[in-house]
Amino acid sequence: MSNHDHIASHDAHEHGEGMDKKRIWSVFFVLLALTALEFLIALGFVHHWGILQKGTLVNIIYIVLTLVKAFYIVAFFMHLKFEKSSFIVCCSIVFLFIIYFIVLMLIEGGHLHESMTHQPLFPHK
Amino acid sequence: MSTTVSQLDKVKEGPWSGGKSPWNLEYGKIMMWFFLVSDAFTFSAFLIYYGTQKFTQPSWIDADKVFQSIPGIAESGQPLVFVGLMTFILIMSSVTMVLAVEAGHRNAKQEVVKWMLWTILGGLCFLGCQAIEWTHLHHQGFWFGRNPATGLTDPNAIVEALQPYFTKDISYTAALQFSNLFFTITGFHGFHVSIGVLLNIIVLSMTLNNTFENRGTYLMVEKVGLYWHFVDLVWVFVFTFFYLI
Repeated sequence: MSNHDHIASHDAHEHGEGMDKKRIWSVFFVLLALTALEFLIALGFVHHWGILQKGTLVNIIYIVLTLVKAFYIVAFFMHLKFEKSSFIVCCSIVFLFIIYFIVLMLIEGGHLHESMTHQPLFPHK
Repeated sequence: MSTTVSQLDKVKEGPWSGGKSPWNLEYGKIMMWFFLVSDAFTFSAFLIYYGTQKFTQPSWIDADKVFQSIPGIAESGQPLVFVGLMTFILIMSSVTMVLAVEAGHRNAKQEVVKWMLWTILGGLCFLGCQAIEWTHLHHQGFWFGRNPATGLTDPNAIVEALQPYFTKDISYTAALQFSNLFFTITGFHGFHVSIGVLLNIIVLSMTLNNTFENRGTYLMVEKVGLYWHFVDLVWVFVFTFFYLI
């Protein structure tokens, strides 16, 4: 129990340095601004003014903005940025498997799409 | 007797040689992180499958045409506005959660109580919005295993039922897959939010009960906070893949 308390108090000290109220609100405004930007693109540029077309480019912009938001939530709100580097690596390196999974499913989806649109069905009815 | 210690007998002093906490994190917090990593895998699998379906099907439903109402204000023509409100509520409740954690570091009980209450309120508002959204879609004919054209046999009637939701070619399968995946994924997320609200209420009661005050640390607020931020994090992805793309 004493060991537990020691870690907790030490932790608390470090936390105080990591996230104060000012920083919390600045992270909030970054998240709000990124979300507002997504809305501006979706409702303004695509829906209303028609400057951009729905498609790969817009999707990539959305995904990049989403990942930036995810970074801010995990790094600051979940405090991962201020943990020991070995812990950061431990919790994030496994997502290489997810990237691999996405690549696999993109290839698979592309292949199935091709087959379903271009291969004829037998027997013909 | 020689005083030199042999290489073998030297006490190791690396961070992982024992006697200290290499990550400087409490056990429960590490376990919460590991749980969240595994949960992130589950959500990733769900969303990747959704992406694969969307990529595979020759045609897909147009999200702007499915989600375009603001309950009580506009029946149609307003895509993204209502879900934007939901996103804002969840991000806001994430902020109040961090503020509760921050207050916990200062052992400020009253502030922890205040911010926890706001967080719970945010969670409940989000769940309320989601209930409205689900009800709306259910009235339109979407549900698990069902889309607005389910049960119709006349091809013209099927086309008529599905036409409002498609910009490109109409696909019964795509509408069905969309419906199933939407309710499964937002349902699984909503389940997480419900559990989160429950945990927040438990932690709030413990705070009011002076449990953390007596323990000398508000670490439990942090652990529940991690879970709550994760729920927000998942919503950021659900929002992008279901509503934006």
